[in-house]
Amino acid sequence: MAMEDPDRKTEVVLLACGSFNPITNMHLRLFELAKDYFHETGKYKVIKGIISPVGDAYGKKGLISANHRVTMAKLATKNSDWVTVDDWESSQSVPQIKLLCGSDILESFGVPDLWKSEDITEIVEKYGLVCISRAGNNVQKFIYESDTLWRHKNNIHLVEEWITNDISSTKIRRALRRGQSIRYLVPEVVRAYIEKNNLYSPESEDRNAGVVLAPLRNVPVTPRTNRH
Amino acid sequence: MKSRIPVILLACGSFNPITNMHMRLFEVARDHLHQTGRYQVIEGIMSPVNDNYGKKGLVSARHRIAMAKLALETSDWIRVDPWESKQDTWTETVKVLRGNSHKSYRSGDPTYRGLDLAQLQLKQALLARLGLQVINPLQSSLGVHKSRLFLNQKVPGLPELKLLCGADFLQTFKTPNLWKEEDIQEIVEKFGLVCISRAGSDPSQYIKDSALLTQFQHNIFLVKEWIQNEISATQIRSALCRGLSVKYLLPDSVIAYIAQHNIYTEESERRNEGDLLQPLKLHSTGVTPLSD
Repeated sequence: MAMEDPDRKTEVVLLACGSFNPITNMHLRLFELAKDYFHETGKYKVIKGIISPVGDAYGKKGLISANHRVTMAKLATKNSDWVTVDDWESSQSVPQIKLLCGSDILESFGVPDLWKSEDITEIVEKYGLVCISRAGNNVQKFIYESDTLWRHKNNIHLVEEWITNDISSTKIRRALRRGQSIRYLVPEVVRAYIEKNNLYSPESEDRNAGVVLAPLRNVPVTPRTNRH
Repeated sequence: MKSRIPVILLACGSFNPITNMHMRLFEVARDHLHQTGRYQVIEGIMSPVNDNYGKKGLVSARHRIAMAKLALETSDWIRVDPWESKQDTWTETVKVLRGNSHKSYRSGDPTYRGLDLAQLQLKQALLARLGLQVINPLQSSLGVHKSRLFLNQKVPGLPELKLLCGADFLQTFKTPNLWKEEDIQEIVEKFGLVCISRAGSDPSQYIKDSALLTQFQHNIFLVKEWIQNEISATQIRSALCRGLSVKYLLPDSVIAYIAQHNIYTEESERRNEGDLLQPLKLHSTGVTPLSD
């Protein structure tokens, strides 16, 4: 029987959802920043990070096959001892799971019909959010202006990145289309994989052009693709 | 078909430590020069500053060179040059440029076959010391003018050596006593600058504010970095001291090296505290210390 340990820290798992199209150093930084943040509070211990690339049925423009996106994410996290890709199995203790994201996701809560309001409530009430953003952002204002978010603001952890890092996947894909270097912006193994498989082109960027994002459609979606 | 001018990019700096951003500067500069259609970048050189520079928190060049070598292992065109760090004392940037252009001519690279470049270089240097300008260095009997002390090294077929830097570097030209005016002139006139700045900043203003830079603006390439990635080495060192993660900001091999040798500590950060930078010591006439 385990002794009660008043100093025992709450175990936390960080889950990041997104396109990861492709994964970049910025995505990977989110995990590192969040982990440092929780450890510095002295109350939490981050035991795992999970990258969960969205399914192809999400329908986002320029989204290439999930098979490639998962492979690149796995390559990128190969030398991380705590961040993995979507294959975590539960351990004996029940850690808290928190959604890890950038300020763009938090602010997307405000986009009409993109999120079900009960889902937002469940996320911030039952799980919790770790939101990484840059200095001078609008996130606090956004939380203030939302009754749901305000009510659960103790469960929304805001972390400011101390290095401003603007390595968005969109910019990476744009650079690739223009024959520009992406070295040192994504892990080298990811860069090599992209080059070898010639993943991003004007054609791939046109995928899903004109298609409505899955959550915005009025069609039933399978649980696997219902990310929001 | 018009052939491209070969270019070598040289970056001077502390590299204390080297970061992904330093390496990005090279990649961005190369892409830009290639996309003009006029240049072919054949080499990138990183030249870490001498320990004698006197900057606060500067760790031994031995480590800074080792880290840069680790970081550049995956690059097939950028290398570290320890020459500057091995000198007895701090060397002016313009001398590092001169030293490297001399070396590249003697490298035996097939690009320069047919020209006796070492001799050419020596002739030019000698004439320069006499205050003479070489009009056509390829002629065996040289026509000369008494002129200002500068050389024209734009010889067809030879690579042009350019100084690679960030926009903040341009700004330092205005710092009193940090630069000699004639050195700035030689850098922008004889060599040229490739200056990377982030979206949202406008370094062309520094050029407009300076008559000298305006005069040679054709030799200053302003390149915008649209993918913001500002990794301040100072913040990196501070993070390391506090046990925060710098993964994905520096190569893993560099992070491992730093941990293994325990390079950045509170003590290392206090090195040279209160000291004047070496160029300020040399050029100043009793000015109060400036913080860098």
